Parts: sequence; C-alpha cells; structure tokens
Amino acid sequence: MGKRFLMKGNEALAEAAIHAGCKYFFGYPITPQNEIPEYMSKKLPEIGGVYLQAESEVAAVNMIFGAAGTGKRVMTSSSSPGISLMSEGISYIAGAELPCVLMNVMRGGPGLGGILPSQSDYFQATRGGGHGDYRLLVLAPSTVQEAVDLTMLAFDLAEKYRNPVMVLADGFMGQMMEAVEFRETRAEGLPDPAEWAVGYMKQRGSRALIKSLYLDPEELEAHNWKLQAKYAQMAQHETRFESYLVDDSEILIAAYGTVARIARTAINELRGEGVKVGLFRPITLFPFPYEPLENLPASVRQILTVEMSCGQMVEDVRLAVGKERPVSMYGRVGGMTPSVDEIKDQVRKALGR
Amino acid sequence: MAKGRVGVNEERCKSCGLCVAACPMKVLRISDRINSKGYRPVEQFKEGCIACRMCAITCPDVVLEVFRLEDDKACNA
Amino acid sequence: MKETKIFEKPKSMIDVTTHYCPGCTHGVAHRLVAEVIDELQIQERTVAVAPVGCSVFLYNYINVDSYEAAHGRAPAVASACKRLLPDSVVFSYQGDGDLASIGMAEIVHAANRGEKITVIFINNAIYGMTGGQMAPTTLVGQKATTCPLGRDPKLAGYPIRMCEMLATLQAPAYITRVSVAKPKYTIKAKEALTKAFQTQIEGKGFSFVEILSTCPTNWGLRPVDATNWLEEHMMPEFPLGVFKTPE
Ligand SMILES: Cc1ncc(C[n+]2csc(CCOP(=O)(O)OP(=O)(O)O)c2C)c(N)n1
Ligand code: SF4
Ligand code: SF4
Ligand code: SF4
Ligand SMILES: [Mg+2]
Repeated sequence: MGKRFLMKGNEALAEAAIHAGCKYFFGYPITPQNEIPEYMSKKLPEIGGVYLQAESEVAAVNMIFGAAGTGKRVMTSSSSPGISLMSEGISYIAGAELPCVLMNVMRGGPGLGGILPSQSDYFQATRGGGHGDYRLLVLAPSTVQEAVDLTMLAFDLAEKYRNPVMVLADGFMGQMMEAVEFRETRAEGLPDPAEWAVGYMKQRGSRALIKSLYLDPEELEAHNWKLQAKYAQMAQHETRFESYLVDDSEILIAAYGTVARIARTAINELRGEGVKVGLFRPITLFPFPYEPLENLPASVRQILTVEMSCGQMVEDVRLAVGKERPVSMYGRVGGMTPSVDEIKDQVRKALGR
Repeated sequence: MAKGRVGVNEERCKSCGLCVAACPMKVLRISDRINSKGYRPVEQFKEGCIACRMCAITCPDVVLEVFRLEDDKACNA
Repeated sequence: MKETKIFEKPKSMIDVTTHYCPGCTHGVAHRLVAEVIDELQIQERTVAVAPVGCSVFLYNYINVDSYEAAHGRAPAVASACKRLLPDSVVFSYQGDGDLASIGMAEIVHAANRGEKITVIFINNAIYGMTGGQMAPTTLVGQKATTCPLGRDPKLAGYPIRMCEMLATLQAPAYITRVSVAKPKYTIKAKEALTKAFQTQIEGKGFSFVEILSTCPTNWGLRPVDATNWLEEHMMPEFPLGVFKTPE
C-alpha cells in the first residue's frame, strides 16, 4: 500500500485532480465546496498552473470551455446553485465535445435552499440541466478514497470520450476527514489533443474549430447521432456499480454516495438480526447500471431506494426493474440524512416485520 | 498622379454600392450584368483610376483588387 | 505597361462569399483583422473567439484556430485560452448585444483582470442576427423592432458607452473607438487593430477596439445611406478616439 494522507474530502478531491495532471482550475466560491478552490489557489501556482477566480459560475464554465479547447486537463467545482448557472456552458462543452471535469458537491435546493448535504441534483446531473440531447458521464463516490480514485478516473474518461465528466459528491464527503492514498494510474492510448485542440495549427498544418453550431438540420442531426453513439459506448464500457450481499437477499437497498455508506451499516446490523438484505450501489449514475438490476437473483423480491432527495434515482431503479418487483423509496431532504435506524425500520416495514 | 485599374471578382460582389460612393474619380458603377447570386457586380466603366485603393478599402466583400500601372520606361529608370 | 498589384485579399482570409447582407461593414472589420494577422505574421498562433451574433460564422472567413462561444461569454473563453497558451494571440469579436448586454460581466472582468487578449467590439446599435431588436447601444429615439416608437430613455435608459466605461478601470492597456463606415475611418481602424494586437503580443495587457459598424438591413437604410447615418447619428453619441493607451 502507498503512502496515506489524512485529508478533508474536498481537499482530497482537489489533490486527486492535481495527481491526475490537472493544472488549471476556474471557479466561483460557494459553500460547501470552498476548500477545493482554496486548495487549488495555493497549489496550482506552485506547479506552474493557473487558478482563476471567475466573476461568476457563468464565466467559470466558459473559462472551462476555453481552457478545455486547448486539450489540457482542466476542472471546475461548484455546488448546486452554481451548477444550475453553469448549465448553459456545460451544454456547449458537451456539444463541442470538450473534455473536462466538473465537481458538484451537492447541497439542498430548490432555489438557494440550504448549505447542508443533499442528493437532489441527480436529475440535473443525469438528465441534462442544460438544453439539448447531451449526457455527462456522472461518477458518484461514496467514500473519500473513492472520491479520489473516481476523480482521477474522471480525467481519463473525459479525454477518452471527449466529454465532460461530473463527479457528484455531497457535503458530507466534502467535509469528512479520512485517510486516503493517491494511486497513480493513467489510461493508455488516450486521444492526442494535437489532433483536435487549438494551439497546434503549426504542428497540424490546419486550424482547429471548437463549436457546437450546426445550422444545417441534417448536419445537426448527424452530430447528435454521433454524440448518441458515444453515449452508447459509455454505457457499454463504463457502467460501474457495487453489489453487497445481493445473492441471497430478499430485499435490496439501492443507494449511492454517502447514503450507500449509511445503508451498508444498516445492512450489517440487519444481517446480524438475520434479515436477508443487500445493497445495490450505482457508481456511475450515467451510464446507469440498468442491466444488473434487470437480472437480479430470484431471491430478491423487492427494492428499497434510499436517497437524500424526494425521489430521483428511484426513477432509474423503476425503469430497470419494471413491474417485476415492487420498488419503494425512502428520502430525507433539505440537509436531513436518513439514519441507520430509519433505514432499518424502512427495511423491516417493507418486509412486513 | 498614379494610374491604376481595379479587378472585380464579379461572383463575390453584392451590389452594395459602397465602392462607387467611395471612389474619388467616379470611375466605378453598378453594371447591367447579373452574377449567379443575383447581384449586379460593380465595374470600372472608364479610365481615370488613380490607384488610391479607396474602393477596395471600403468593400465589405473583398471583391476588388487594385493595380498600379507604370510605363515600362519609368519602371526601368 | 507594368502592373503591380497593390491591394488583394489577405492570405488568412478564406476565399468564400460571406453570409453578410450587402454593404454590412462586419465584412470590412473581418478583412482588417485578417490583414493585421498577415502583416504581423501570427496566423498560426492566433485564436479567434466569436460568440453568437451575425459574426458567429467568423470562423468560416478567417483561417485561424477558432472557438464559437455562447452569447456574451467570449471574454471568459478567451481569457482562459490565453492563460493556458500564453504564446498565442487570442482575440474575441463581439456584437453590442453580446458584449454590452448579456456579456457585460464577462467583458468588464476580463478588462479588469487585464487579460492579455484583444477584444474587437462591433457596435451597430442593434441586435442584427435576431432581426433588429433594441441593443444597449441603440440611440435615443432610434427605432428597433422592440422599441417601435424609438428608444425611450425613461423605459430603456441611455446608450452605453463601453470605451468610456472600461477606461475607468486601471488594468486595461489600450482602449479605442474607431469606425469602418468610410475609407478614411477604416484606415485608422486598421492602425488601431494593429496597435491592439501589438499590445497583446508585447505583453502589455488588455486591448479593446470598438468599431462603429453599419447594419443596413435592420436600420432600414441602403448601404451608402447607412454609412452616412452612422456618421451623423452614431459618431456624436459614440465619439471616435483613444481612451487609454499603453505607457
Ligand atoms: C442565451 C442566448 N440568448 C439569446 C440568444 C439569441 N441571440 C443570438 S445573437 C443575439 C444578439 C446579437 O446582437 P449583437 O451581439 O449586437 O450582434 P450583431 O448580430 O448585431 O452583430 C441574440 C439575442 C442566444 N443565442 N443565446
Ligand atoms: S483605386 Fe481609387 S480611383 Fe481607382 S477605382 Fe478604386 S477608388 Fe476609384
Ligand atoms: S463595395 Fe464590394 S460588394 Fe459592394 S458594390 Fe463595390 S465591389 Fe460590390
Ligand atoms: S443583419 Fe445587419 S449586422 Fe447582420 S449581416 Fe445583415 S446588415 Fe450585417
Ligand atoms: Mg449588434
């Protein structure tokens, strides 16, 4: 095992990005992710990078657009209201097929909402947020170590697919102190930015065009199908999930992020009482792991989705499971968190015990 | 005063008339011909161009080229 | 007789017919930019950023690395690009709706940070691309499709003078207002563009060239009349001149 560091989640996320080769950060302050830009503002100038505090999230995301167009590893981070403001730009980035990493350390909404942890941006992350038929690759870590690993992976995936990748975390993860290790990995055979990015005109012998405008409807349709084909590739190759004690379970808890961690504790305790319960934890929210949910062992009779939202991921769970098994949902919102006891009660209730 | 002439890329001309207005020697006019875009291209209809480039500087569509004409003799000197 | 060509299309201009309306002086501004790029020999390291507006297709006409940016956001895109590629020459080319309305925050802050970029601001006192709506630069009394009786300052305020406003900031290096309505102005406009690009290349900071430009179509004027209208009505409101200069 490599060297381990005790770090706050947000700082670990920032350090992971630096380890992944990201030297450029553009952002705007918002709680509960401020440690990320603060960390970057100290570290990036030391390694010859750029930290720039934008005048708004609108400017920040467009700086990401400009920076990503050079083919270098770039990222921004924000929290829910800021991501709303970035949504136009994210659509442009997806349309222009630029690689970048976006972090959303979610807080409660709607509107200004609150500053406590939440998972109520699932729809925004997986269904767009911005306009047009685009998708983000969405990674949802549930521990600080996983946040580190997925952040590093996010840069590889962004380059591999030339697509924005979102790391969807929540305020718990951002504020939690945990020991983490930075494992140096970088995918091989990633596309060479010299083939498409600005700044290589001399080397390439032709200029680069970074754009999302296709006024000719046939061209725009073709561009859209090309993007869809890319999203299908992601679904085929990048779907990630974890199943825990699924094989003999009567009931499965579906949960992601911090909630999955709480659910795991509840499951361990319930198992001690002889309750056959397991966990299904999507790690990629897009592409969502539909297939494993479609092919659950026969023992599983029902699914309980637990979220820090009024019920967002549950829609994907229902899509996967169909009418074959009942799907129920337990949510706490506004910064309230489902406790281990609450989850245990919900499981017992679902099983009629 | 220098002598000159203009070359017109007729297909690019949009008949806007800005060059006609800009020419101090009034040697340009809109012609009767019609290009493939449906515009009547500009033409130099008489001598007297002084190669001042005003027409080309004002043309938004880079239709015009300007040539300075010199006697071979003057040139050799 | 010996013929010497003394005016031709700049090399960095792509040889196509533009989509601009007849007599629209966006085309003149494009050509000047291309001439300056050629003369400074910077084609291979120039990056253009054009947001939406009639000039969204700038990339079809000038053969340099290019971004098509969201409405108003070109200064943010250009700022980041320049910071990552400091040896590039990065310019944005923005309309008045784009720069002085929806993109006001981005231009003010890029200027205030002293970004080493060049901003080319085409002020035609109207929203051209969307069909002639009122712009922040529309003159008092000037008719537009969204102020059919003319701009009423009690409802819509007064035209914004961007050069004067930006010149109150400490960081910008070069701020000037020129025009391309007639050759005598166009010659000066080219000098200004040259100086603006040089300001960037020499690392002196942010340069801003406002260009008063015509929109014959949405002004409802013939091209030549539009150039006269610009001179008579726009120039008094938007005086030409240098508002800030390096050193
Ligand atoms: C977010 C957003 N809002 C509105 C538009 C529509 N739109 C496109 S161009 C434009 C105004 C263009 O005017 P200006 O910037 O003055 O450029 P011009 O066409 O006059 O050169 C508007 C409102 C858009 N593309 N994006
Ligand atoms: S070069 Fe001068 S004189 Fe000759 S046609 Fe053009 S404007 Fe007229
Ligand atoms: S200015 Fe150019 S486009 Fe207009 S009439 Fe003259 S040559 Fe034609
Ligand atoms: S609408 Fe106006 S600004 Fe746009 S191309 Fe036509 S004349 Fe030019
Ligand atoms: Mg305009």
